[in-house]
Amino acid sequence: MQPAIEIRGVSKAYGSVRALVDIDLNIPEGEFFALLGPNGAGKTTLISILAGLARADAGTLKVMGHDVVTQSQGSRRCIGVVPQELVFDPFFTVRETLQFQSGYFGLRRNDDWIDEVMARLDLTNRADFNMRALSGGMKRRVLVAQALVHKPPVIILDEPTAGVDVELRQGLWQFIRQLNGDGHTIVLTTHYLDEAEALCSRVGMLKQGKLVALDSTHNLLKDYSGAQLRLRLAQGVLPAALAPLVTMAPTTGEYLLTLHDYAQVESVLAEIRKNNLTVAFMELGQPDLEEVFVEIMGRD
Amino acid sequence: MHKFAPMAGFSTLFRKEIMRFWKVSFQTVLAPVLTALLYLLIFSHVLEDHVQVYPGVRYTAFLVPGLAMMSLLQNSFANSSSSLIQSKITGNIIFVLLPPLSHFEFFAAYVLACVVRGVMVGFGVFAVTALFVPVPVQNPLWVASFALLGSALLGTLGIIAGIWAEKFDQLAAFQNFIIVPLTFLSGVFYSMHSLPPFWQEVSRFNPFFYMIDGFRYGFFGVSDVSPKLSFVIVGGCLLALSFATLSLLKRGYKLRH
Repeated sequence: MQPAIEIRGVSKAYGSVRALVDIDLNIPEGEFFALLGPNGAGKTTLISILAGLARADAGTLKVMGHDVVTQSQGSRRCIGVVPQELVFDPFFTVRETLQFQSGYFGLRRNDDWIDEVMARLDLTNRADFNMRALSGGMKRRVLVAQALVHKPPVIILDEPTAGVDVELRQGLWQFIRQLNGDGHTIVLTTHYLDEAEALCSRVGMLKQGKLVALDSTHNLLKDYSGAQLRLRLAQGVLPAALAPLVTMAPTTGEYLLTLHDYAQVESVLAEIRKNNLTVAFMELGQPDLEEVFVEIMGRD
Repeated sequence: MHKFAPMAGFSTLFRKEIMRFWKVSFQTVLAPVLTALLYLLIFSHVLEDHVQVYPGVRYTAFLVPGLAMMSLLQNSFANSSSSLIQSKITGNIIFVLLPPLSHFEFFAAYVLACVVRGVMVGFGVFAVTALFVPVPVQNPLWVASFALLGSALLGTLGIIAGIWAEKFDQLAAFQNFIIVPLTFLSGVFYSMHSLPPFWQEVSRFNPFFYMIDGFRYGFFGVSDVSPKLSFVIVGGCLLALSFATLSLLKRGYKLRH
């Protein structure tokens, strides 16, 4: 089966700034993929090249088998992009905006789907409002609707929940999950790593234009960060032998230790007993994607 | 899977561009008509009894086609240039860059919308000024030809200005230092034959002169140069600019990085 997105050796520079460096990435059809990285890592540049808004200096990109340069009509038809910036055309209503977007993609009679998308994004009662009259969250919903109006097999969401209230966030993810369940490939960039962890089956991390991590969410969590042990002693201070494991200095008397694996818990407790100390509180937790992200981004 | 209709992208973009200016028609259609009417009233009041350009043609009547064409040209230019610069600065240009619109569709939609606005304004100026002074229309075909060619040419120039400019003041400079001087020095208010020989020669390098002169020929059957020559020059300029614009759009100049 062909990948939904195929990226081979893609590089891009803006003057002396290398925005992307030799990126190779395959995203299979139906995957919910997270593209993560700090600001300026190259996420939006990569998305722009995929969407035909920018051109790569080197390499090839395909969307559903269509080369984004030589078969741009086909590739653009297969992709829907929710841009990061809150952009809108102030002359038109929500419905007009969606009808125009549908028409640009070559769809004349698409009102049933437009109505459904508006209903799913809770925009129906704003359909005849001018775009200027909408709140930021509502404008964000319209951007999502615009990206979905031609039912693209690949949907790219560039920080879609930035500045969006909890209610919309929940509703949006429910809708996107359903689209993913229907077979749409989803690529998400976000700074809310809990969202990426909850939604995405695979994660790619960009740092200074390079793809520095690419694996399933499960493997990244397993490989890049051990168990987190939070503990408070009944008295005294943590033995010096355990100091290398401490990742957060005690603020309220609690130490946060990062362990290689769960088996290491036993040796920690043994060291505490050896020093005649007792544990007053202990909690063993699974590391989250944010910790993995910080760990990977902190490497040289 | 959706069924994609051919040309739907072009017709949608054309309709959107029409709706864009029509929603603010007070500013985009009525205001230029009023401005042209003020020009006519003031110039005719001052010069009516002092100037006769063509034998048997009152100066006020002589002014009408020139003012109609000047308004048509300026508004055709304003339509595409303002639409593009606004879209670029607000960022909503991506809504037409993301879809599979070809550069031909993009070009044709913007230019045709300019033609519609330009012709509406030009017709509006003619209709309103006709209330004050009767103007014959001896050859409607020439009138229509130059109206369509002129509006398409300025619409095309507007696309170039709109994609070149990155700020509103750059576009204003393009308009104030290129479009307005070329329009005012094209014979809107005078005949080329009333100029000294040097400036007559200079005028021959101004394509706007041929648009105004050919357009005016359609009304009075009199012109400074042959309308056929004007048609060829204006048509040639349109073809050359269209080719250049299509090339810029195909390359994604200042639109796709």
